[in-house]
Parts: sequence; C-alpha cells; structure tokens
Amino acid sequence: MPDLDVRGLAHVYREGGVRALDGVDLWIAAGERVGIVGQNGSGKTTLVRHLNGLLRPTEGRVTIDGTDASGLMVAELASRVGLVFQDPDRQIFASSVRAEVEFGPRNLGQRGTGLADSVRRALEATGLAGEERSNPYDLGYSRRKLLALASVLAMRTPVLVLDEPTTGQDARGVDRVRRIVAALADEGRTVITISHDMRFVAETCERVIVMRGGRVVLDGTPAEAFAREAWETLRSTYLEPPLAARVGQRLGLGSTPTDAQLIEAMRGGRVHR
Amino acid sequence: MTLSLRGVGYRYAGAERPALLDVDLDLGDGEVVGIAGASEAGKTTLCLVVAGIAPRTVGGRIRGTISLDGERIDAWPIHRLGERIGIGFQNPASQLSQVAGTVFEEVAFGPMNLGIAREEIVERSWTALEALRIDALAERDPVRLSGGQQQLVAIAGLLAMRPAHLVLDEPTAQLDPAGTRLVADAIGRLAADGASILVAEQKTDLLATITSRMVVLESGRIALAGRSAEVLADPRLAELGVAEPSAVRLRRLATAAGLDPAPLEEAVGA
Repeated sequence: MPDLDVRGLAHVYREGGVRALDGVDLWIAAGERVGIVGQNGSGKTTLVRHLNGLLRPTEGRVTIDGTDASGLMVAELASRVGLVFQDPDRQIFASSVRAEVEFGPRNLGQRGTGLADSVRRALEATGLAGEERSNPYDLGYSRRKLLALASVLAMRTPVLVLDEPTTGQDARGVDRVRRIVAALADEGRTVITISHDMRFVAETCERVIVMRGGRVVLDGTPAEAFAREAWETLRSTYLEPPLAARVGQRLGLGSTPTDAQLIEAMRGGRVHR
Repeated sequence: MTLSLRGVGYRYAGAERPALLDVDLDLGDGEVVGIAGASEAGKTTLCLVVAGIAPRTVGGRIRGTISLDGERIDAWPIHRLGERIGIGFQNPASQLSQVAGTVFEEVAFGPMNLGIAREEIVERSWTALEALRIDALAERDPVRLSGGQQQLVAIAGLLAMRPAHLVLDEPTAQLDPAGTRLVADAIGRLAADGASILVAEQKTDLLATITSRMVVLESGRIALAGRSAEVLADPRLAELGVAEPSAVRLRRLATAAGLDPAPLEEAVGA
C-alpha cells in the first residue's frame, strides 16, 4: 500500500495564469481516510488531479510510494490512484453499465473471473446490480454518479479519490457512499474525499484538510479541525463546523464534531446549564 | 398572483408509468415553497411541469389543470409562459444560452428578450452579478467556468429577469457553503419583493431556513405537505428517503439516548 508525499506543489493553469496551488506539503499514509474541504476555487480538485497524473506540477513534486509520479506512465498511476470526477458525465462514455464498469479494470489487465468479480462487487456496493445492460444515460443523475464511482471501485486501486461524491444524492445515496468509504477503509485502502458537506467529512474521515487560496490552512483530526480554536480559520474560508460541533461548544462539552460524539459527551453528564 | 396545480399528472413519452400523479400545489406571492423527496421521486418532473417545459418542450402527456390567478394557462405557448415563470435547471451547463461570449452577456441574455430598455438591462445584470458576488467573472467565457460558477451565473440570469414566479431545481447542488448562502439570500430577497419561488432541494437544512411550506414527493405523488417546520419533523421523512435536518436529527438522537433535549434545543437555537 503506497504512501502519498506532496512537496512544495504549485500549479499555474496556462489559461488565465491562475496559481491554483501555491506550495502544498502533504504526507498521506497508506490506509488514511482524508477529507479535503474549502471553497470552490481553493485548489482541492487541482490538488487531487496531481495524484493520478491528470495534471503535472508547475513546481514541486508528488511521490507515490517513493516514486516520483511524473516519472510514472499514466497507466501505472491509474493502477495506484483511482479518481472519481465530480461530474459523472465527464467520466462516463460506454453504452452499457457493464461496459462502463469493465473498462477500467480491463485496462489494468484484469480478465476472466477476477474481472467479473470486480465488476459484480462494484455494482453491488453502488446498488446498481441488475442494471448491467442499461444505458448509463437512462439512469438519473444520482445513479450516474454512483456508476462513475462503481467504475473506479472495480479497478481496486489502493488509493481512491472521490471528488464531491454526495452531491445530488438523496439520504439513501449519501448513506451508501458512507458505507462504501467505510468498507474501503476496512480493506486498508486510502480514501481521499473532497466535500462541501462538513457532517459527512466529520463522520467518514479521520483527518480533515482545509484549503484556501491554493494552500493548506488546517490539517488535523475532525475534533481538531472543527474545534473552537479552528473556527476563525474555517470562517476565513466561509466554512461552518457541523451543527454537532457548534452545539457541543455552546454546551461546554469540548469538540464534538459528530452527532455520536455530541450525544456521548451529553450522556457523560458534562452538560452544565 | 397565485400559481395553482390541481390534480396534475404527467407521463413522459414512452414511459410505462406516470412520473407525477394527483398533484395539488399553490404558489402565492412572496412565498418560498420547497420540494423534497428521494432521487427519482418526481422533483425534477414537477419543476418542469410547473414551468411549462413539460409537456411543451419535452413532450409527454399532462392531466389536471394549471392556472395563474384562476386563468387556465394549459394552452399558453412557452414564450408567453416564460415571461411569467422562470426556471433554473439542475445542470447549470444546460441552462447556458451557448450564444453569449461573456458572463455579463449570459446574464443579460434573459432580460434582453423581455423588451426592456437597454440601461435597465445593464443595471439589472450588474445587480444580479453583485448579489451572487460573481461580478469579477463578468468578462469570462461562461463555458469555461467551474460547475459551481456556472450555477451562480445561471441563477444570476434568472434574477435579472425578475420573474413573478421562479422554479429552481437543486440550485445549490454544485455550490460550496458560501455560494449556498448567497443563493439562499437572493431567494429571500426575491420573495420579499413579491415573487413566488418553488425550490427542489436535497439539503433539508437549507429548506428549513428558506421555505415556509413544503411538499415531499414519493413515486410522483405528494406524500407529505404542510408547513416546513412540521414536514421536516415528520417521522416518515427517513422512509421517504429525505435527510432529517441536523437540528431534528440531534433532538431525536438525544431523546433516544434518554437525555433531556431541553439544553440541546437551547444550544441549537442560540
């Protein structure tokens, strides 16, 4: 399982000359569940696109398991880091659900029963079993998003990057994504999730990275990232901690970023009225 | 002006089952009404029907009556309807005119078709751009913006039209928390000026703050309807595939854990 090491990473887009990343240092250990939050345009997507070689650094470098990513072929990178795009329609191209999900693992050399098994498991996890023959564009937006996720799950990469996986999902869809992240973590895989949903991040990640203006401005556990001391930094990037964190603080219970932690702290009888 | 749906049903061309059934809905001046429901429960279809896009543009068959202040509008052509009812689509890219070279032109495109004076078009467009804090993007090519920025541009175009009725299908889906707040504020201001707004959303925390009434759809029918505070506290919400608002969820969890919810309620309200 690879570690990801990002050193002095900067990226300037050719069009407009925007410096989207401005010196990012980050070390992500194998098996970590990391949430990346920040405003639109703070550099989240630009950062993760360097992890699988979609973008090349203007400055700095990305090392995967000790190997400089810029020295790896795209196919080698794809076998290590799977990236699920925010917009499924930029990813989906096949004319059937099965063909869509088979494409990635087949390119990575999976064949026969191994391939069939990867596809079946990915479709089951995303609730798309039974839709193998459907045309992806007959599925609604939320299910096309789950299909995009399935096609990356089937590649069985040790690292997965999910860009806004819960947008457009209803309550059941969000639960499904939450279970998928948990299952991947149980298998020891690294999961990096970009999200605007602070509750989702607090509940599914063990580490929260806050970005602003192409830099990392906060990096810690959910309890640290959503603690009172961090609120000013969060506010500077227009983020608000989850309700459980705000309520815990008002009740003098310390940092309680998840519902479960808040209830547990209240149960401990530490509520002073 | 009240927009009323009575017994409205709708079936897409070639579909086996209707996408909407027996929908009654009233949308009065200055009101913000929410639509919630699981994926594919009919939220987008209801938006398209209220705005008249279905069946006029997408085909299919409609039943029941839709009226504006008692006058039936079923037979109105789309351009006449479009002057009264604006719609923001779920995918902002499909909203863009494809003819405007800049964000400013994109936002001005709608009001330009209303036959109003040039100075007013310019003034309205800047006001809308500033309200959503995207005035700095005015000279950019809309096609090359991010999904979130396109969503704000699409909504700015609708604001500049100053429609009497506005239908918004998941207007904040692509937005960060700051963008979501700007859109919520813009919806509030438009309603305060007398517009009626129908908004479909998955984010129930948002619906709790901006809507006064709500409907929850299930398989094309209205399963719950009423004042938003009551609908959003309804125990059937979970089985309808709708997320409880954060405050409702915390109260439920505290009560289930045998805790006194009073201090929690106070802290949530603070």
